Amino acid sequence: MASTEKYLRKTALPHIWCPGCGNGVVLSAIVRAIDKMGLDQNKTVVVSGIGCSSRASTYLDFNTIHTAHGRALTFATGIKLANPELNVIVITGDGDATAIGGNHFIHAARRNIDLTTVIFNNSIYGMTGGQSSPATPINSLSTTAPYGQFERPFDIPALAIASGATYVARGTAFHTEMLTNLIAKGIENKGFSVIDAITQCPIAYGRRNKLRTASAMLKWQQDNSVRIEDSKKMSPKDLEGKMIIGELYKSEAPEYTALYDDLIKRVQGGSK
Amino acid sequence: MALNINVKLCKGCGICVEYCPTNVLALDEIGKVYIKNISECIYCGRCEIRCPDFAIMLTDDTEKTGRGDNK
Repeated sequence: MASTEKYLRKTALPHIWCPGCGNGVVLSAIVRAIDKMGLDQNKTVVVSGIGCSSRASTYLDFNTIHTAHGRALTFATGIKLANPELNVIVITGDGDATAIGGNHFIHAARRNIDLTTVIFNNSIYGMTGGQSSPATPINSLSTTAPYGQFERPFDIPALAIASGATYVARGTAFHTEMLTNLIAKGIENKGFSVIDAITQCPIAYGRRNKLRTASAMLKWQQDNSVRIEDSKKMSPKDLEGKMIIGELYKSEAPEYTALYDDLIKRVQGGSK
Repeated sequence: MALNINVKLCKGCGICVEYCPTNVLALDEIGKVYIKNISECIYCGRCEIRCPDFAIMLTDDTEKTGRGDNK
């Protein structure tokens, strides 16, 4: 509702994203989740990398930092360690997080540092003209795969779980309210949280893949996603090619900044 | 409740028109959204949450219903 307007830098709007781009929908879900969790604007930091998705920090009225390609998580790690009281939200894309910043992604997950990472997963490098990313689905077309992508894509939630993240979810731009709730739960989790937000790129991805309009791409998201509760009742054959959405994983593990504080106390003999 | 459209932010993707359950919204001759039929509006907010451009806002103030540049 209009209560979320205060989190936007209205003078920076309209944003640079193409007509029908799902990034705006995911951004709006982030803003709603922050509103829902009642985070203090002055104690919230938004860190982003490079790419279409990472432009989002420009439009948000928090302490924001637009960093180097793939390195959003490294800047965010530094910010969180310097002041663990801050709520740090990382905005990144599928290429930024899993290709250029792939190593940072798995190590941030391994450390279980209290960051909320929202991956705007549009299956393509949109800003540079539609090259294949590590999340481009098999058989789809891109400028670097004119005969169809034959490489297997990353399953980003599985990668995050295997690397040690303590909250992993997947949502879509179509299931907007669910996405908002998933991001809110990610903020609530004291540890590394990953939300794989499937979003539409009608210009760089859709036009090459018979999904020419934003509505067609949203319909595709609706038709190809299965809620995790429903997926448990389905056979592996029925689940082939479907995206499972919802809260995929949650666990408890020691958090990095807390461990670091303990270390300081231990080596300084409890003087701090 | 009021339905407020900021025409300067609209890029004419048509998502709101597609997902409005009561056909309140339409695109004009230059492809931007306008309120065709406010009497049918049930203020469900689907247009607002689906708009990628922050161009549609539902507010409590009924006087604000309409379309403008929302300065």
